[in-house]
Amino acid sequence: MAITLTESAATHVANFLARRGKGVGLRLGVRTSGCSGLAYKLEYADDVNPEDRTFESHGVKLVVDPKSLAYLDGTELDFTREGLNEGFRFNNPNVKAQCGCGESFNV
Amino acid sequence: MPLLEISEPGESPPPHGRRLAAGIDLGTSNSLVATVRNGISVVLNDGEGRALLPSAVRYRTDCTVQVGYEALAEQARDPGNTIVSVKRLMGRGLRDVAYVENLPYRFVDAPGMVRLRTAAGVKSPVEVSAEILKALRSRAEAALGGALEGAVVTVPAYFDDAQRQATKDAAQLAGLNVLRLLNEPTAAAIAYGLDNASEGIYAVYDLGGGTFDFSVLRLSRGVFEVLATGGDAALGGDDFDHRVFCWAVERSALAPLSAQDTRLLLVHAREAREELTAHTEARLEAALSSGEMVGVVLTQRELWDMTAHLVAKTLQSAKRALRDAGLRASDVKGVVMVGGATRMPHVQRAVAELFSQAPLNNLDPDKVVALGAAIQANALAGNRASGEDWLLLDVIPLSLGVETVGGLAEKIVPRNTTIPAARAQEFTTFRDGQTAMAIHVVQGERERVADCRSLARFELRGIPPMTAGAARIRVTFQVDADGLLSVSAREASTGVEAAVTVKPSYGLTDGEVTQMLRDSFEHAKDDLLARALREQQVAAQAMLGTVESALAADADLLDAGERVRLREALEELRRLACGSDHRAMRASIEALNRLTEPFAARRMDRSVQRALAGRRVEELK
Repeated sequence: MAITLTESAATHVANFLARRGKGVGLRLGVRTSGCSGLAYKLEYADDVNPEDRTFESHGVKLVVDPKSLAYLDGTELDFTREGLNEGFRFNNPNVKAQCGCGESFNV
Repeated sequence: MPLLEISEPGESPPPHGRRLAAGIDLGTSNSLVATVRNGISVVLNDGEGRALLPSAVRYRTDCTVQVGYEALAEQARDPGNTIVSVKRLMGRGLRDVAYVENLPYRFVDAPGMVRLRTAAGVKSPVEVSAEILKALRSRAEAALGGALEGAVVTVPAYFDDAQRQATKDAAQLAGLNVLRLLNEPTAAAIAYGLDNASEGIYAVYDLGGGTFDFSVLRLSRGVFEVLATGGDAALGGDDFDHRVFCWAVERSALAPLSAQDTRLLLVHAREAREELTAHTEARLEAALSSGEMVGVVLTQRELWDMTAHLVAKTLQSAKRALRDAGLRASDVKGVVMVGGATRMPHVQRAVAELFSQAPLNNLDPDKVVALGAAIQANALAGNRASGEDWLLLDVIPLSLGVETVGGLAEKIVPRNTTIPAARAQEFTTFRDGQTAMAIHVVQGERERVADCRSLARFELRGIPPMTAGAARIRVTFQVDADGLLSVSAREASTGVEAAVTVKPSYGLTDGEVTQMLRDSFEHAKDDLLARALREQQVAAQAMLGTVESALAADADLLDAGERVRLREALEELRRLACGSDHRAMRASIEALNRLTEPFAARRMDRSVQRALAGRRVEELK
């Protein structure tokens, strides 16, 4: 399995990285917190640590630490618009329940 | 379900932890709202993908309000109820408004700020601006999927206290929590990242639709200081369009045009002018209502020649501002370009020549102010990691001052002064031989100390005994970038000093600030009366003391009749001093003053004689 970006997400990430002017890719992760136990982490990646797993999707490098990967395997990150709002969304097959907000979840 | 954004490494907010903040450029012609998203400052567009919101508000008879393009579309049909360029009226009385007779509005003169009579009732410029801000706020909240934590609103660097306060009031009325008012040129500099480890002098050249502003900023240790501002309130991109329009009328030998045709041709003139930014020639075509066709070709070179005098005018203002700041063009480390009209290549070239360097122009000049405001808002809302440099530019929400004799508050740092700030004022002793002075630091707008907030008290001791009014005590207020106030007092002749540090905003909520401001307006008249009364009481006590001590020392200089009259006058003043009629008190003080004039003259002669007794003329040279 792996972690992937939709084409729309990849286009936006590549664009943001270019405007930011630095960074090797995108770091995805989870941490314990939030109303349903776990929360997503979505950050620019400036470095890749030796233990990290990396994936390539539509030309964008994705960096995940091994602990997070257990919760994220098979996830597809999408970029969507809702009215004027826009942003990223995790489509994570491992999720059993999430809080109404989608910022935290459990498996 | 909210959508996620990308954070800087290690700065992912906790779930629901991202604080939504926006930067707002509340412009004369157009306004914008921006936010930091995915770590990048971006302008938020409306549902139709438009970034600009025309600063136009139309009031209708059914009390509904149209804002932006909707309002602008009705301007020609309903000019009296469609308010444009309201920024020029902010914090202004009717007398302060330039060209008031040319404006199509029904003005109502009101104390403080002018009001406008509209189909939906009388509106203040603050309310009109609040409508624009409300529209931007709902745009931002729709785009960010939640309520805004706060906003930074930009104002011209030359805005005074009244204009700044009016802007802040408008934002509050629009339901915005104002994190800070930020000077427009400073916002532009922040958008270019000049706040990060840059030090030195920067210039901001802002050629908008109808105004030209030029500012000289000094950046040191993260604080921008506006050294000088200059410009022309009646020079902007519109004047360039007007030149093109006149040229087209001449070239086509048109008869005087109707208002409608004038507008039409001006729109085409503007389009042609904008096209010439990237092209060497542009075709200007229009079908007039008379059936006449206009079709002319304008070259880039022709545009540059016919508007060279306008560009030269902007450079003159720029040079004047530099001169005011005591600087040369070569002292400027960078020039930021703001305003759509700065896209014109001949403007860019002229600025580059003046400063011998290419101006900063890789950000959209229409958006740069809003982009910088958003960066500042994001930092102030607390979305940046600790340890990062904070850029602090704030204004003092309420005046700071000291208590003077009679329980009156003397303001030293007026409300809305940008910080950091330092102000000093000299005070003196009230009684003969006074060796200490209690300094009571207060905050508030009211005239009496009892109605202000007490911040701190300290004493300056060791003043050498002198006659009342001879000591010179310099009280200095210093507010640093964190809003911390330190007050020091120093007596000039001995150099004795005392100081205290306080945090003026501590414990004062926005609600309390609002209440205090409201009170100050409501009680303005009472306060003035109270002040007048206390001032006269203080003057009366001083007068009584002086005359009593003079009588004790030199009563023999007066004959019996004079002594009786003086005693009577003293009693009269003593009686009035306990009352509340400040006018009678003043009259009595003046009467006593006149009555004692000959006495004072005789005392003067006596002391001179004593001083000279037994000394030779040569010694006195």
